[in-house]
Amino acid sequence: MAKMPVTLTLNGMERAGFADPGQNLLEFLRRGLGDLSPKYGCGQGTCGACTVTIDGETQLACLVLAETTEGRTVGTAAGLANGAELDPLQTAFMDHFAAQCGYCTPGMLVSARALLDRNPKPTREDIIEAISGNLCRCTGYEPIIEAILAVSEGRTGP
Amino acid sequence: MALHRGRGFAAINYPIGMNLGGDPSQALVHSNPDGKFTVALSAIDLGQGMKSVTRQIAAETLGVPIADVYVDTADSDTGPHDMGSFASRGTHRMGNAVIMAAKEARSVMLEAAAEELEVDASDLVTDGKGNIHVRGAPSRTITTMAAAQAAQFKQGRTIAGRGIFLIPLSDVNPETGEMSPVTTFAHAALLVEVEVDDETGEVAVTDMQSAYEVGRALNPGLVEQQLRGGAWMGMSHAAWETTEPYYPDRDHGAVDFNHYLMPGPGDLAPHHISVLERPAADGPFGGKGPGEMCANPVLPAVVNAVYDAVGVRIDELPVTPEKVLRGIKAKGGARPRQAIQSASSAKQENF
Amino acid sequence: MNARTGGFEFRKELFADERDDDLNEIGKRIRRQDIEGHVTGRSPFYDDHLFDGLLHMRCVRSPHHHARIGRIDTAEAERMPGVVRILTGKDVPQNLNTLLSLLDFGLDDEPVLSVDKAAYKGEPVAAVIAQTEAQARAAVKAVRVDWQPLPHVLDPEEALKPGAPTVCETYPGNAFVYHGKYDHQKLRYGDVEAALRQADHIVEGRYQMSPIEQAPIETCGAISAPEQNGRWVCYTGTQALFFSLGTASKVLNLPSSRMHFIGGTVGGGFGGKVDSIHEPLSILGAMLTGRPCKSQWDREEEMQVGAPRGAERWYITDGVMNDGRIVARKFTGYFDGGAYTRLTSYAVIKGVGHLPGPYTIPNVYADAYCVYTNRTPATAMRGFGITGVDFAIEAHMDKVAETVGMNPIELRILNAYRDGDMKAHRREAKNCAFIECCQVVAEKAGVTISPEARAASSKTGGGGERARLPAFTATDEHGRVEGFESGSYARKGGAPAAPGIPAELTPDRPSPPTLPTARPVETPPTPAPAPTTPDQEKPAARTPQRRSGAVRFSSISGFRRR
Repeated sequence: MAKMPVTLTLNGMERAGFADPGQNLLEFLRRGLGDLSPKYGCGQGTCGACTVTIDGETQLACLVLAETTEGRTVGTAAGLANGAELDPLQTAFMDHFAAQCGYCTPGMLVSARALLDRNPKPTREDIIEAISGNLCRCTGYEPIIEAILAVSEGRTGP
Repeated sequence: MALHRGRGFAAINYPIGMNLGGDPSQALVHSNPDGKFTVALSAIDLGQGMKSVTRQIAAETLGVPIADVYVDTADSDTGPHDMGSFASRGTHRMGNAVIMAAKEARSVMLEAAAEELEVDASDLVTDGKGNIHVRGAPSRTITTMAAAQAAQFKQGRTIAGRGIFLIPLSDVNPETGEMSPVTTFAHAALLVEVEVDDETGEVAVTDMQSAYEVGRALNPGLVEQQLRGGAWMGMSHAAWETTEPYYPDRDHGAVDFNHYLMPGPGDLAPHHISVLERPAADGPFGGKGPGEMCANPVLPAVVNAVYDAVGVRIDELPVTPEKVLRGIKAKGGARPRQAIQSASSAKQENF
Repeated sequence: MNARTGGFEFRKELFADERDDDLNEIGKRIRRQDIEGHVTGRSPFYDDHLFDGLLHMRCVRSPHHHARIGRIDTAEAERMPGVVRILTGKDVPQNLNTLLSLLDFGLDDEPVLSVDKAAYKGEPVAAVIAQTEAQARAAVKAVRVDWQPLPHVLDPEEALKPGAPTVCETYPGNAFVYHGKYDHQKLRYGDVEAALRQADHIVEGRYQMSPIEQAPIETCGAISAPEQNGRWVCYTGTQALFFSLGTASKVLNLPSSRMHFIGGTVGGGFGGKVDSIHEPLSILGAMLTGRPCKSQWDREEEMQVGAPRGAERWYITDGVMNDGRIVARKFTGYFDGGAYTRLTSYAVIKGVGHLPGPYTIPNVYADAYCVYTNRTPATAMRGFGITGVDFAIEAHMDKVAETVGMNPIELRILNAYRDGDMKAHRREAKNCAFIECCQVVAEKAGVTISPEARAASSKTGGGGERARLPAFTATDEHGRVEGFESGSYARKGGAPAAPGIPAELTPDRPSPPTLPTARPVETPPTPAPAPTTPDQEKPAARTPQRRSGAVRFSSISGFRRR
């Protein structure tokens, strides 16, 4: 079967590549376009390490066919920073020791950013719900929740 | 039907490093042309903070700011041998190797500075901010950058150091088990509170109070990460996880995270952590390894708390609702004991 | 941290006289060196290295707990789209290994790709290399294996009974052989039976630790590729770079100088990334295809064929006096190692060295077994060798407290080990802080303990009488194993290890095949840099069954051969 040309907007830039038939968006982003920030953790839609946004909604890239993203807008953790300036969530994760191995972190940040974009003042329960699809095996989640709360409350520093 | 509260206690000690020794770690430290230092290791950072703790140890020993040190690790062409990141050995073993390497590099740096300042190297101290000066005479000073450049471009010295830490492998007596397992032990005690639903058998951990003795918290942020995340994992081991729910039967094994259960962010219990520091004689700045022991007291504390709450002993992990319900049924109902309640917490909610 | 999350505090007043707290960088809450990479998605995990023309490797696995392998027919699979090559055991130069051979601990017992039989469900018997992962998966399904199922055993105590199916032919009794002599590791300290007879109470318990998956979010794997000058580069998620390098060197019969391992940024490990499965496989794939090759578990494999924390079963019998003093503690422990040794033999010794927990008990006895069963081999996990027995000990302490009607925290402080006490492995305790941990928690949680327990200290009250070795220690020879050379794990001159092993199952392997190499193999591999005492020569990897000759640092197993 022939490869499919796919053109999409990735983190604000128009990008194009060829997707294998049946290739998921995770593999296409990583191997096709070279954005390595979404991670493979299960390929089953159960861990959240590949969380991206498609047209502003969080999606699991391992469950999305690459060819269905033609013409759409995709966001990943690699696009969170504004140029050299980190997103406040990224800074808060650094200050709150909200990452250990760092493997779930990109997907976790995408979910957190999407939450704050739609609800800048989330409650702790809102945050828990927003990240409940992103598994972390290291931190016990508490520092992650704290980091997101800190940003929503305008607190900076550790 | 009722929710029953119970408290359970457990306490442990934990051996640091590979049992019987035989697990060396090596480190190389060298100065770059501008007096910044690279630490070359083969240790693995799998989240525990190996790169960060060795960076702090190197900076402290060299007497330079943390920003002047970078740890480069796990390239077999450039990093010397290390046994690996397991057995709570990283901080203890590699930390010592880094100290040894950094001390050697520091001594060359001070010799270079001494030559520039025309003093004896033994009279020099570092201020930890990038300066070397004569003890008691802070005005006679040279930056670490100037000393490093003088060494490398004027004096022809290499500012570098080699380090190794090894506890040689030792024997076990086949007849008595006499052995020298490790040199250092960490310690922990923990009390958990649980709520047990006698209708569903579900157990919720509602609070954890702990004390962890870690030798020295080389970076409190890293230590807190281990203790908080590790206790979460202990809670998970106690009441959620297994690859074989009906062990030794292999059926019903999980193949995804829908069936392999772990507590999510909505299942957390507040964890009140106290850190004690009794430095280990042979630990780097007294440090032990908090990474593994943090989970251990949680497992027995949870089963003890379930007994305290409903009078059911669960001696087979994990504590599943099925086991709790079967236990309550066998007892003819929940039998709360509440043996270690504090004065204010003894209560039971009825519905 | 707020009240909801719980606090984090230091108890600096404790042991303050033993510390210098005036340091520049140590003790500071400094950001992680790797944290910016983590939050930007730029940290380089092994799978983040892109290679043009990357091939994907997936294994054909046993559907049975225990089965003899007849013919492996790869013909149809080899004709499928994208399939580049299919590997079987004959392609692996040294297709028998044991992980701790790098410490000269244990006999080689596990194939990389099994040839004669599979001893657990999920055991790999062939590896398909294809251009895409999907093609590899499809071809795996097309490999036909003529399986002849065998009786299996899943429970460790069942496995030790006479007549149980032999899981691993290297250890026909289904138990690792310690010191070439016993089917278990012994701990004998004092006279437990006499002390139990004199105790006021006997408290018994049986505890079962569950098998647990390490579950790192990044699954185990490695990517290998031809480098230059006859070398292969391997990007790996290993927890132990040189351990994996040494293992690859041994099973590939390739000098370590011809491999370049890069890792160190790993997406969680928890013990499951020590086993070094993917490094040799992916390098072998790269060698035989000349192209970059990735071996990586999917989540299902991670959970069911990735080695878990093994189940442990502990029986404890305590002799306790009315005042709560524990005067005797007896253990029998069964570590379920699964089908092959991996690291379980080591964990047993580590567990035995840990007994009887952080308590000073004058009479202690243990028999701890590393048992083979027809399940996925067990391996390390956070707290390896300790977590399971700590669960048993501390659940048991609760029963002891109830039996003597004592507050469980007071009971622990009463029996706690203190500086200067003799431990059951016959070394003096020092640097203890167990009592203080108990006191801090009691205080925080509002648990009232006696004035004596509040006043107790790790620094006082130990030593003296408590430092004395027992006047008499009861020893025995039960569990004696014949057929293993006395004082050694090695077999006599390559003869079968023990009576009763069918010749076709002795794990001798054909000569290593010649691999495509840019230059000839100069020397046998040196698996891992060992401590450099001159007489600590390592065995040659190509003659694993004949370990005669030099003295080696095999003291972990209690023997030195000459």
